[in-house]
Amino acid sequence: MVTIINSDNFEEKVLKSDKTVLVDFFATWCGPCKMMAPVLDKVSDDPKYADKFEIVKIDVDDAEEIAMEYGIMSIPNMKFFKGGSVVDEIIGYVPEDVLTGKIDSVLGE
Amino acid sequence: MFSQERSTLFSVNKMYDLIIIGSGPAGLSAAIYAARAKLDFVVIESAYVSGGQILSTYEIDNYPGLPGISGQELADKMRAHADALGAQFIIDRIDSISGTLGNFVLKSSTKEYEAKTVIITTGAEHAKLGVEGEDTFQGKGVSYCATCDGMFFRKKDVVVVGGGDTALSDAIYLSRICNSVTLIHRRDELRGAKSLQDKYFSADNAKVEWSSELASINGDKMVSSVTIRNKVTGELKELPVRGVFIAVGIKPNSSYFEGFVETDDRGYIIAGENGATSVEGIFAAGDVRKKALRQIITAAADGANAVDSVQEVLTKL
Repeated sequence: MVTIINSDNFEEKVLKSDKTVLVDFFATWCGPCKMMAPVLDKVSDDPKYADKFEIVKIDVDDAEEIAMEYGIMSIPNMKFFKGGSVVDEIIGYVPEDVLTGKIDSVLGE
Repeated sequence: MFSQERSTLFSVNKMYDLIIIGSGPAGLSAAIYAARAKLDFVVIESAYVSGGQILSTYEIDNYPGLPGISGQELADKMRAHADALGAQFIIDRIDSISGTLGNFVLKSSTKEYEAKTVIITTGAEHAKLGVEGEDTFQGKGVSYCATCDGMFFRKKDVVVVGGGDTALSDAIYLSRICNSVTLIHRRDELRGAKSLQDKYFSADNAKVEWSSELASINGDKMVSSVTIRNKVTGELKELPVRGVFIAVGIKPNSSYFEGFVETDDRGYIIAGENGATSVEGIFAAGDVRKKALRQIITAAADGANAVDSVQEVLTKL
């Protein structure tokens, strides 16, 4: 399962994490976000990523400042954070194989 | 007699009466009719959530009996209806179909499915405009889903490109949130429903640029303006906007079936009202079928018709 974070623990869970973190910026009223959620849940449970990679999600309605800071203008928007900065992103719904392909390329595998 | 290299895919080892590919309104309607007909069938859907394009529709006001329902709610209701009748769903993405009536083989990247008949309801997705800046600024001001992204443009100025029902619905929705909305349409009249036109033009902040097309989408890191060209005078004009919502029609999700079933030059599968395609036993329903009017109700009707045709064909086997 993907952990839901908020503006209080964004810094700790994402910016200061020693793992590569994929942050899914989503909203409850967004259809494609609903389609994306089970894909993210499934991939996040894959043990092959357990040590070096994590997926979290943040509701843009609860974390408006963070969404603005990262220039979110279209959701679902999934940003890869490494060492506190954004290294790659996916905009819009993607199927599982596209998601894992992107994760593998970001992790350098 | 299967050689090693032939059987790399995991075969499901079951011959269904019918496989329905897709779970939008056409696929779900077909599932309801197939379940009531007690066919041995399964729906293969590529996403984890059923509904297709209507999942991105804010408000539906033309489906009889359910005025003003949201697309998500209608999708949930249709799926629940099919579930209640015992329809089975598999999540997988079909890459190819081969075979003949009574013995079709559908392949995904990992599995092989067999069915006597197939209904293709893979629908359509939004078309791109093909204008300068469209790809560069996707997610940075350019959007194809007003209900998803409208909130990021609260009190900002935006344009909507298009003139059909989708463009008008998007424009109405955005007029409630944004500072101003300008509809950019290539003709001097709109295709969309008159009731939607009236609703849009009754908003104080609703504008329109007739006979115009986008020449470019401009900005640095994010969209800051669009340049539009008047098709009559040739005049160029720059509009300072932060958001560009594109609703210029759809393209069919039929690439996997092209060459197997007959399609028109835009990729829509050629099939009559009974859903019958150029291949006996393969039927098409919903937006993927070549037809005059693509609406939720016509998709649902297609699903019902296709199952009726399937039943007829099955009696021949």
